[in-house]
Parts: sequence; structure tokens; C-alpha cells
Amino acid sequence: MQHLFGTVINVTLIATKDLTVKYGQNVVLKNISLDVQAGEIVTIVGPNGSGKTSLVKTIIGALTPDSGSLHIKKNLRIGYIPQRLNIDHTLPMTVQRFLNLTQVLDNQQCLDALNVAGAPGLLKAQMSNLSGGQFQKVLLARALQGDPEILIMDEATQSLDQAGSADFYKQIETVRDKKGCAVLMISHELHVVMSASDKVICLNGHICCSGAPEAVAIMPEYHDLFGTGTDGTLALYRHNHDHKHDDHLHSTEETS
Amino acid sequence: MLPDFLIRATIAGLGVAIIAAPLGCFVVWRRMAYFGEATAHAALLGIALSLAIEMPIFAGTLLAALLMAFTVSQLSGRGLASDTLLGVSAHAGLALGLVVASFLSGVRIDLMAYLFGDILAVSIDDLYTIWIGAIFVLLLVYWRWSPMLVSTLNEELAYSNGINPKREKLILTIALAITVAVSIKVVGLLLISALLIIPAAAARNISNTPEFMVISTAVVGLVSAITGLQFSYFFNTPPGPSIVCVSLTFFLILSTKKLWTIG
Repeated sequence: MQHLFGTVINVTLIATKDLTVKYGQNVVLKNISLDVQAGEIVTIVGPNGSGKTSLVKTIIGALTPDSGSLHIKKNLRIGYIPQRLNIDHTLPMTVQRFLNLTQVLDNQQCLDALNVAGAPGLLKAQMSNLSGGQFQKVLLARALQGDPEILIMDEATQSLDQAGSADFYKQIETVRDKKGCAVLMISHELHVVMSASDKVICLNGHICCSGAPEAVAIMPEYHDLFGTGTDGTLALYRHNHDHKHDDHLHSTEETS
Repeated sequence: MLPDFLIRATIAGLGVAIIAAPLGCFVVWRRMAYFGEATAHAALLGIALSLAIEMPIFAGTLLAALLMAFTVSQLSGRGLASDTLLGVSAHAGLALGLVVASFLSGVRIDLMAYLFGDILAVSIDDLYTIWIGAIFVLLLVYWRWSPMLVSTLNEELAYSNGINPKREKLILTIALAITVAVSIKVVGLLLISALLIIPAAAARNISNTPEFMVISTAVVGLVSAITGLQFSYFFNTPPGPSIVCVSLTFFLILSTKKLWTIG
């Protein structure tokens, strides 16, 4: 694990052990054990309905686990970027006000935050008038306030095109290097994931495999989950949703 | 010099306008317009029942409004579409209230007063009720402002900041029930939604931030209350609907102005 201050200090920010989450009778997550260390980029990949979003929701406290343990570092400062954030048109909100949502920032701090996130000059704009890319950068700018120890993102680039999302991930990496915060993200874009992560977790209701991206890329479970098209190059990957994956959890998830 | 009853009516109208400003904004932002309506309609059942068991009317309306609000928020997302569910509850409240009222022998309910308000008949006691309720709700909203706003924007965002959006929704529901209970006397239960929504919708056209929208909603509400009552006094029109009509004028003017600015 690389760390910007040169020395590696292992501080566990998030640790789960045998975490199980159910929606009614549906088991969406089963025996999840994972940990996120300070400064680490951890990426969760998995097919639709594999419980990725449920896992993130459980970690931020929006879902209660049915069994197992979830340890969050005390007073962990989380910068969260939701999958989608619809600001109702009836709710007026300037970018400046949005940045001030959960903390008080002065003008200069807001400008700095937007610069760091790569979205300068938007301070007075209305949130509802922003383009998809601008909106995500403003979300990033907001999440970076309050000096977060970890950025948590749920498919933050879903609404962006290829160039936009590459740009966004570059921004995330820059920010990580500058601020040294950990990143826990869900992503569909395996090529980005594989190049930028310290650790990859393949999820399909349970953890199929996990580890360093190079190691995961050659694991049989990974190929079961994503097909064999990802051999070698780790280049652009076309997602294959109708793959064969013999797992008891798979069929029950479609309804959740 | 204005007659006493008109002064009392104005003070009551101002109280309701102030309390309706932040609540109206939340109702608009969270798309709860029908929810407000259902809560208001349930109040009629509350009135009828409190007359039946000789309970103070304010307590009865508050209780019925709270019960309706809780029932609806518990049932939503369990089968019926929420607009269907709200439609059922709203009209059930209204119909049940009217039926229960007809069973009350000896007590003649002035239905018109509850349906359309009776602001010219507010007593000093009513003024106390309205203003104590208003100040309580304002303090509540002031205290929970930021967490309620974050929860309104995005529930996960709220959770990640240590805010429980379910709790904020509960507080908002309670505030809404109190607002309905104190506003009935002023505009009547059929027009409470109008009082919540129209000033907020008018203010949206000139607002850049949520806070500015609440303040301009309050201004629209206050001016509507004063102007509407004066209009009603001089032209002998029903006061509650007159207040709503003035708000409507604001809405039309500000929306048109916005259209011109954009176009």
C-alpha cells in the first residue's frame, strides 16, 4: 500500500466480519468479511443485483446487518458520493450552498474545493443547471470537504460518458494522492478499477474473490463472474450480464 | 380604526403564514402535497370525534392529523401506489368525519367553518393556540433545519453524515400535523394545502437557496394574509379563500416574471 507520507501506517477504517444482510426473506449479502485501511483504494465489482449497493448502504448505516459485525473507526469522516442525486427542481440550490450543506465554509474554501475537484467557476451556478460531469465534480468537491478519511462512491460515474468518467477517476486519484484519504468505490468499469485500485473485491452476494488487482485478474472465480474476455490486457471490457455463475444466491437477488 | 375582530384575524393570519412558510417549502421539495391534504382531511374526523367525546377540538385535530400522518408513512411502499393510498386516506378522513358529525345529536357543527375556516371568529384563546403552535414549530424547524434539508436531498447522503433521515421525516410529520391543527380555524381544512403550497411555489421563482425561499415564502404568506383580509373586509368576500386568491396572484405574477426573464 502506498501512502503519501512515505511511511505506511495501518489504520483500519472499516472492518466487517461475516456480515449478512437480508431484505425480508432475501439474503442479499452473505458472510461478507472485508477491511479498508487508511489510504487504500478498494473497489467492489460484481454483476447487477450482486449486493454492491447494499454493502455500501450497510457501511454508511442506511441498512442494518442481520448478523455479523461491522466496525467503523470511531468518528470516521466519510465523504460520500451517491449513485444518483436528484435535486428536485422546486428546491433552489446554488453550488455554493450545496458545498455548505453539512459544514460551514467561507467563499475561499468553496473556491478551493471546486478547484481541487476540477470544477472551477461554478460557485454561483444552480445545481439543477449543471451538466452530468459538472454535477459529479461538485459532488466530489462537497465530499472532499471536512477532510474525509475515506471517500465512498457508489458508481459515481454512471451518468458520465467514457471520457467524462476517465476524467473523473483521474480526478479521484489526484485527490487521493494530495489528501491521502482512502477510497471505497463500486464500479462497473473494470479497466479503470484494475489499473487504479490497491484491492479489488468481487461480489456476488458473497465475496467470490478479493486481493490485489493483478492477483484477482487471474483467479478462476473472477473469470466465472466476468467471463474470460478480461484475460491479459485488462483493456476495455464489455459487461456480460447473462454469464453463467452457479451460485445459490444469484437467483434470489433479481427481486431485491 | 379597524374593528377588533379584524385585528385578531390579522394576528391569526400572520401566525399561520409564518408557520406555513418552512413547512410549505418542505412539502413542495419533498412532493408531499397530497400528504398535507390527507393530514388536513383527517382533521375533520378529529373534530367530529372530539365533539363526540367532549375533548378540546385542537387536541382532537392534532391527534387525528398525527394518526393519519403516521399511518400513511407506515403504509407507503407496501403495495398500493402512494398517490392511491393518499387518495384513499384523504377522502376516507373527510367522509368518515362527515358521517360521524351527523350522528352527534344536540351538537350542531358549523361544517362550513371547519371546511373553509372562520378567521373572523378567532378568539384570544385561538390566538394563543395558533402562536404557541407556530413558535413551537418554528423552533423545531430551526433546530432540525440542516439535517432535514440533507435528508430531503438524499437519504444516503444523510446517513453518511450521521443523520437519520427516518427521524427527520418523523419530526417533519409532527410539525406538519401541528401546522394543520392550528391552521384549520384560519383557512379551513379544504384550503390548508393551498396555504402551504401556493406561497412556496410563488417564492420558488425568485429564490436561489433554500433559506431564501423560506423567507420569501413567509413574505408572500404574510402579505397575502394582510391583503386578503382587507379585501375580504371591504368587498365582503369569504376571508380564507380571499387570502388564497392573493397568494395565487403572487404566484401568477412571479411565475410570469420568471418566464419573461428566461425567454
